[in-house]
Amino acid sequence: MRYSIFSLARNALTNHENWQEAWKSPEPKPSYDVIIIGGGGHGLATAYYLAKNHNITNVALLEKGWIGGGNTGRNTTIIRSNYLLEPNAHLYEHSMKLWEGLSQDLNFNLMFSQRGVLNLAHSDAQIDALHRRGNAMRLNGIDAEILNLQRIKEMVPLLDTSAQTRFPIMGGLLQPRGGTARHDSVAWGYARAADARGVDIIENCEVTGFKREGGKVVGVETTRGAIDAQKIGVAVAGNTTRVMDMLDMRMPMESHVLQAMVTEPVKPMLDTVVTSGAAHLYISQSDKGELVFGGDLDGYNSYAQRGNFPVLEHIIQAVITLFPAVSRLRLMRTWGGLMDMSMDGSPIICKTDIQGLYLNAGWCYGGFKATPASGYCFAHTIANDAPHEYNAAFTLDRFHQGWLIDEKGVGASPMSH
Amino acid sequence: MLLINCPHCGDRAQTEFTYRGDATVQRPDPATASQAQWLDYIYFRDNPCGPHIEWWQHSAGCRQWIKVKRNVQTHEMLGSADATGEIADEIEEAPA
Repeated sequence: MRYSIFSLARNALTNHENWQEAWKSPEPKPSYDVIIIGGGGHGLATAYYLAKNHNITNVALLEKGWIGGGNTGRNTTIIRSNYLLEPNAHLYEHSMKLWEGLSQDLNFNLMFSQRGVLNLAHSDAQIDALHRRGNAMRLNGIDAEILNLQRIKEMVPLLDTSAQTRFPIMGGLLQPRGGTARHDSVAWGYARAADARGVDIIENCEVTGFKREGGKVVGVETTRGAIDAQKIGVAVAGNTTRVMDMLDMRMPMESHVLQAMVTEPVKPMLDTVVTSGAAHLYISQSDKGELVFGGDLDGYNSYAQRGNFPVLEHIIQAVITLFPAVSRLRLMRTWGGLMDMSMDGSPIICKTDIQGLYLNAGWCYGGFKATPASGYCFAHTIANDAPHEYNAAFTLDRFHQGWLIDEKGVGASPMSH
Repeated sequence: MLLINCPHCGDRAQTEFTYRGDATVQRPDPATASQAQWLDYIYFRDNPCGPHIEWWQHSAGCRQWIKVKRNVQTHEMLGSADATGEIADEIEEAPA
């Protein structure tokens, strides 16, 4: 059933008691053409584009918990493509273009809002860096504007732009097409659209091992029985090492915890996304009115999905420095998510040395905005046994070859990306 | 707040420490190491979901580098030692 004003009216007449389930929950079949492990946004998008772009519909998506219960529902919902390096610029800009038509494509309101993403500069060096990045973006066909302090004051009136603040603001880089989307909707929208095209979405189904024949993978063992497949895609960022350990494949990865939080809801006070690298902060206001913000990693290896207070305190100090009016708001929730921190800060979307096995991993804390392009490129790679031009650089082999994609230039230090 | 046991100073708050990473990684001998050994040393990690031996520096305390054994799934502290020492198995390892 298509969602529309008419379906809404029709269901209102029956007290909304007769809505169809958004996706079926079938028992797993004994075999599939393709199995995708991981029911986050990336896995769901992969399953959807396998069906839509490549007509591969005999697909199972296996999720150990429930759809949208992992990092898809734990991020700060920011979408942008303001990258310096070419492989990143092309991948994330492809994602941005998919976002721009995605609510219509999925027939699901993703509450996609291109409210702009503003990076603040607090030093001459940062102004130079933002100019460089802005110029690189424009050369790659991505929108970018340098703002002076006056324009920032007009755009974000509650920002402390005085000279007395801890980190005086000198200017900024705006990507007007950047913004936010409702993250849960992204998971639900892709799940429903994939299901409608024939994909089996199987929750509470944890992969516990792989079936191998010779140099190939031919299926998985799960908590709901063995399932065979010709091709298997792994999209479990945060737990990549745990899954790949079952195949004795070492990963250039560490798992870290990243925290985020929301305040109580208030009336509209911030209609854009503001980030500050110097203050370690990104902040926006949700449609419910909560201020949503986060900062850096806790900084130590962790699979705990929860962090500690020192980092929360640091982030809150940054919020109050930049937006003094926020100091009286109460915090409603804080949470943590698992980050697949790759050794160069960039993702991996590629075939592996094991025949039939494909890997999508290493998203660090930039995975949400990449969801559409990640699924699009991963589906292409699985269907054609060859990468799409936008993920050709994101191989596992790049660590062997020295073709790293290190956006920040910090080297092999996963906690610093 | 993590409470980290510095072998020199006792239990101290995590804010006194700086994290470095996996302490089981061994730098290969430059005279004999192959490219594959360097690759593994620089880029590849065990990244276990359970007990993890890691480097911390007591940077706002005695400034010594220490080894800490910590369960990264629960954040439970399982022991610590001087940088060149071995961590005693006094605490039962929590199941991974």
